[in-house]
Amino acid sequence: MNKAVILVGGPSRATRFRPLSMHLPQPLFPVGGKPIIWHQIKALSAVKDLREIILIGFFEDFVFRSFLDRCQEEFPEIAFKYLREYSQLGTAGGFFHFRDQIMRGNPKNIFMLYTDICCSFPLNDLLSQHERHGRLGTIMVTKVERSSARLYGCVVVDYETKLAAHYVEKPETYVSDMASTGVFVFHQDIFRYMAQIMDRRANEFEHQRANERAYGRSDDNDDANDANRLRLEQDVLRQLAADKKLSAFLCTGFWRQIKSAASAVPANALYLQKALKENTSFLAAPNPEGPEIVGAVYIHPSAQVHPTARIGPNVSIHARAIVGPGVRINDSIVLDNVHIKDNAAVLHSIAGWDSRIGCWGRVEGSPVTSSDDIDEVTHAGVKVNSICILGEDVQVKDEVFIRNSIVLPHKDLASNKHNEVIM
Amino acid sequence: MKALILVGGFGTRLRPLTLSVPKPLVDFANKPMILHQIEALVKAGVTDIVLAVNYKPEVMVAVLKKYEEKFGISITFSVESVPLGTAGPLALAREILGKDDSPFFVLNADVTCEYPFEKMRDFHLAHGCEGTILATTVDEPSKYGVIVVHDETTIIDRFVEKPVEYVGNRINAGIYIFSPSILDRIELRPTSIEKEIFPQMAGDKQLHTFDLEGFWMDVGQPKDFLTGTSLYLSSLAKRSPELLAPPTEEYINGGNVLVHPTAKIGKGCKIGPNVTIGPNTIIGDGVCLQRCVLMDGTHIKDHAWVKNSIIGWHSSVGRWARLDGVTVLGDDVHVADEVYVNGASVLPHKSISSNVCEPGIVM
Repeated sequence: MNKAVILVGGPSRATRFRPLSMHLPQPLFPVGGKPIIWHQIKALSAVKDLREIILIGFFEDFVFRSFLDRCQEEFPEIAFKYLREYSQLGTAGGFFHFRDQIMRGNPKNIFMLYTDICCSFPLNDLLSQHERHGRLGTIMVTKVERSSARLYGCVVVDYETKLAAHYVEKPETYVSDMASTGVFVFHQDIFRYMAQIMDRRANEFEHQRANERAYGRSDDNDDANDANRLRLEQDVLRQLAADKKLSAFLCTGFWRQIKSAASAVPANALYLQKALKENTSFLAAPNPEGPEIVGAVYIHPSAQVHPTARIGPNVSIHARAIVGPGVRINDSIVLDNVHIKDNAAVLHSIAGWDSRIGCWGRVEGSPVTSSDDIDEVTHAGVKVNSICILGEDVQVKDEVFIRNSIVLPHKDLASNKHNEVIM
Repeated sequence: MKALILVGGFGTRLRPLTLSVPKPLVDFANKPMILHQIEALVKAGVTDIVLAVNYKPEVMVAVLKKYEEKFGISITFSVESVPLGTAGPLALAREILGKDDSPFFVLNADVTCEYPFEKMRDFHLAHGCEGTILATTVDEPSKYGVIVVHDETTIIDRFVEKPVEYVGNRINAGIYIFSPSILDRIELRPTSIEKEIFPQMAGDKQLHTFDLEGFWMDVGQPKDFLTGTSLYLSSLAKRSPELLAPPTEEYINGGNVLVHPTAKIGKGCKIGPNVTIGPNTIIGDGVCLQRCVLMDGTHIKDHAWVKNSIIGWHSSVGRWARLDGVTVLGDDVHVADEVYVNGASVLPHKSISSNVCEPGIVM
């Protein structure tokens, strides 16, 4: 049998996802009509012989409770668990710390996923290739623009043997255009391998402490020197590649990071496009009586959308939202209880929970064109926010225009705003 | 009586509108600018009108021919081979202006107000001097030529150009009435009436000032065209409210809305204040219009929002489009659905398919 671990991070980690992470943890933010993490769980549920999914992070225990209860109902064959890290142990530290619980039931392979990505998740293909090549781990990689490769963990791949010959985290110069996707699968022996790394580090650490006792304390006391910390990329993957124990699997579907709040909009589009291809009943069907649906659109059953509205493509409208007569929405996420009044337009934007947009109001961002995680576009030489984001409970008065701005929660906007962050 | 209207050149300040239509024929409140003036002059008993122009477009000749017949008056084009300033054209038209002893009006074609020609004529004949200048008052006189009168009279003492210290706030409104004897003061050469002729007349105590009641605006450029339209519509609301759309119309917001009878307006619109809707216009459902002018044959599609803008002839504005910031669309301009246009001057026959966020000219 197999298991999966999803690294969900913590409240202090998702600062780039503000202001949306001020209301709810980033993994639970909905893209494509479902929480970011749900898409990962859904993909994992299709993996053969996968029995348990464990979330590891720094959030308080209650945060994922009701979400995991709902997952338990939706995926009854799989057990769900949340494990809380009390001290920050590094990206692989929590995984290693909870090794006994993960190894319970003796899983053969363990998936590891970061939560801040959206992807087509070809996990069964990943697993087959992993088992075929029999190395300790397989890293899923994706081809990125050469010019932006330095933003990622880069993997040099031998295409014939699928060997990940070299791993380097965010290199300053060009190494490879194959980037780590944050999706991995490891053989259970990974824990033994990590233990060896930890032992080696403990020895080095002891040696250093001894030196410090002898020669005085060094200033270089950063976290990397903490014996209990284990960083997946620098400490584990790099070593695995050097030891020729790491395979690479090329993801041919879509992949994107969800780091900034703005990146939720393209992620939303990718998942809705996926649903459109899969032809699921999840999406809003064209209806001659209106509203006019363009492309991939998700509308929650409790949302009310007026028949004269024109919605899409790539729009998610969430629970109890009210979309009035003559409203236009494209490439946007409209969250719970949002009320968009007559003739308003919401374009390339996120309307936060309980927000109000008045008659002829207009909330507009710029389209995100690059596949890279760039949340700002350059306009006339000035950097501006690409996606327009209204935080929770923001009121946009009648006819007011909010363009390329980010608005923190509980603000009333009575005049036009362009290219601003509004505190 | 006679009148001279100083039309001048190509009206470049009112481009892109004047790229398609000569400035005097651009509709102001659904009527060509010059027709407002001709009607008021005819009412005051004027039978001979001279248009002082630098060029003579055929379309203008044809239109004015119609007015000649309609009002039973004579309209003459006085074409300057070189620009003659504000006084030179009087000398050029001497034959008509000086043909009898009756006084004649001179007006700048760009000026709009409630033209008080009859009262000016009576006042002028009563004081018997050579000239009368219509004066209006402004809040900030420092950028104008201010008129200073002899104590407690209407006799002009002197003019102060752009006064640094406050000397009064009465300024030249660009409309005059003169006795034909003024023509002896003017030679046929480029001359400024304000700078070269008036000071001389004031020195001779031959110049009076007459105070204008109500609004006054030089509408020679788009921003002022919109302001002038608003002032005109406010004045119309007091003088002849029956010409405006009745406040009982469901779409009216704040009044001052002039709607041509051939215009079609959709459901759920919010229109006003200060909107002029021209002939043959089509306005869709859920459209919001404020402080804007729609010329003949424009089409504003559903849910669009237009403010502080002039929509040129046969232009269209797409669904959910948003126009603001003194945007001027020339003839036959098309703004695509959902596009935002801020402060753009768009030349004729253009299509705009992506946002124009910063003011500028779209060639």
